[in-house]
Amino acid sequence: MEKSEEKPGWRKGNFYVNPYLGGLMLGLVLLATFYITGRGLGASGAVKNTVVTTVHTLAPAHAESSHYYSKFLSTNTQPMNNWLVFEVLGVLAGAFLSGLIYNRLNFRIEHSPKITSRRRLIFAFAGGMLFGFGSQLARGCTSGAALSGMAVLSAAGFITMMAIFGTAYVFAYILRKNWI
Amino acid sequence: MTGPLIPLGYIPEAWNNVFAVLLGMGFGFTLESSGFSSSRKIMGTFYGYDFVVLKVFFTAAITAVVGLLYLDQIGWADFSAMYVLPTYMAAAITGGVIMGMGFAMGGYCPGTSFCAVAIGKIDALLFSAGLLVGIFIFSEAFPLMEKIYESGNLGALRVNEALGISAGLFTFLLILIALGMFWVATIVQGKVKKVEY
Repeated sequence: MEKSEEKPGWRKGNFYVNPYLGGLMLGLVLLATFYITGRGLGASGAVKNTVVTTVHTLAPAHAESSHYYSKFLSTNTQPMNNWLVFEVLGVLAGAFLSGLIYNRLNFRIEHSPKITSRRRLIFAFAGGMLFGFGSQLARGCTSGAALSGMAVLSAAGFITMMAIFGTAYVFAYILRKNWI
Repeated sequence: MTGPLIPLGYIPEAWNNVFAVLLGMGFGFTLESSGFSSSRKIMGTFYGYDFVVLKVFFTAAITAVVGLLYLDQIGWADFSAMYVLPTYMAAAITGGVIMGMGFAMGGYCPGTSFCAVAIGKIDALLFSAGLLVGIFIFSEAFPLMEKIYESGNLGALRVNEALGISAGLFTFLLILIALGMFWVATIVQGKVKKVEY
């Protein structure tokens, strides 16, 4: 039985909402976020906050003397800095709920049949490292800089979006054997 | 009630984190149900077999900007009170290029990797661990990066101001560009060999 031959059904694990409808829903969530909080959505900021808090706990003097960590320490008591951590907890819950409804919850390593799981995991980890590094330089990732930036017509949002997608097209071609 | 509601004091600050969880849930649900929890589906945009990322991303950005400009127009929200990410030209481009490399290697961006972790993808867990390490490395290497991080500060620059046109005209052009891309994407997707994942 070829699983991929099955027609999509919303309980079969291969059903996705129409991309334009999904985009409209995502846009409305983003609009509501700006309307309520005056800021957009984010993702990498929550990881940054985790790193800053961990380093500050383990090596307070080092964090306070660092030009980078100290930028975020002074505001650590303000709710806005923790906002993204709560938001990401919501992201995990929301995605889990969607996975539950559409029957997609299972532990697996997703990769092209042409590469090994080991190769996939190494590239996933290295890709995450680069994405994390770049997100700090650009002051946000695809969510916080590109998508949320574009929603308020921030020039940085458009520049970062074009840099991410343009570079990804080039490197996707170079790394095509990993994916197709 | 003029938005943004919390900064302008219509909703008490104490509710901020409650909204963070609720809005985050909406974010995660829409991303996962659109297929962003699959790296192979996401990567389809770069090989032409599935343009879901392009379609969802631009539809979302346009919905939000049109909505915000409309709410501003009818006086329900103050567009100028919304936070605008400041433009540091060199950092935005360099950071974007590094993220683009990570995107093609890892197949996720941070938000989509969290969605994939939530439904049990082990590769996404490794990507998220990589994010932690990458951000830690950047923070520790900051003295080396500080110059490029701080250079070319253009402030809270809006793209339509930079181009010397109105926000409405820019948004109209953005919609035309997006429609053109959706049209091309649909044609390309019809011609490219399907990839099963």
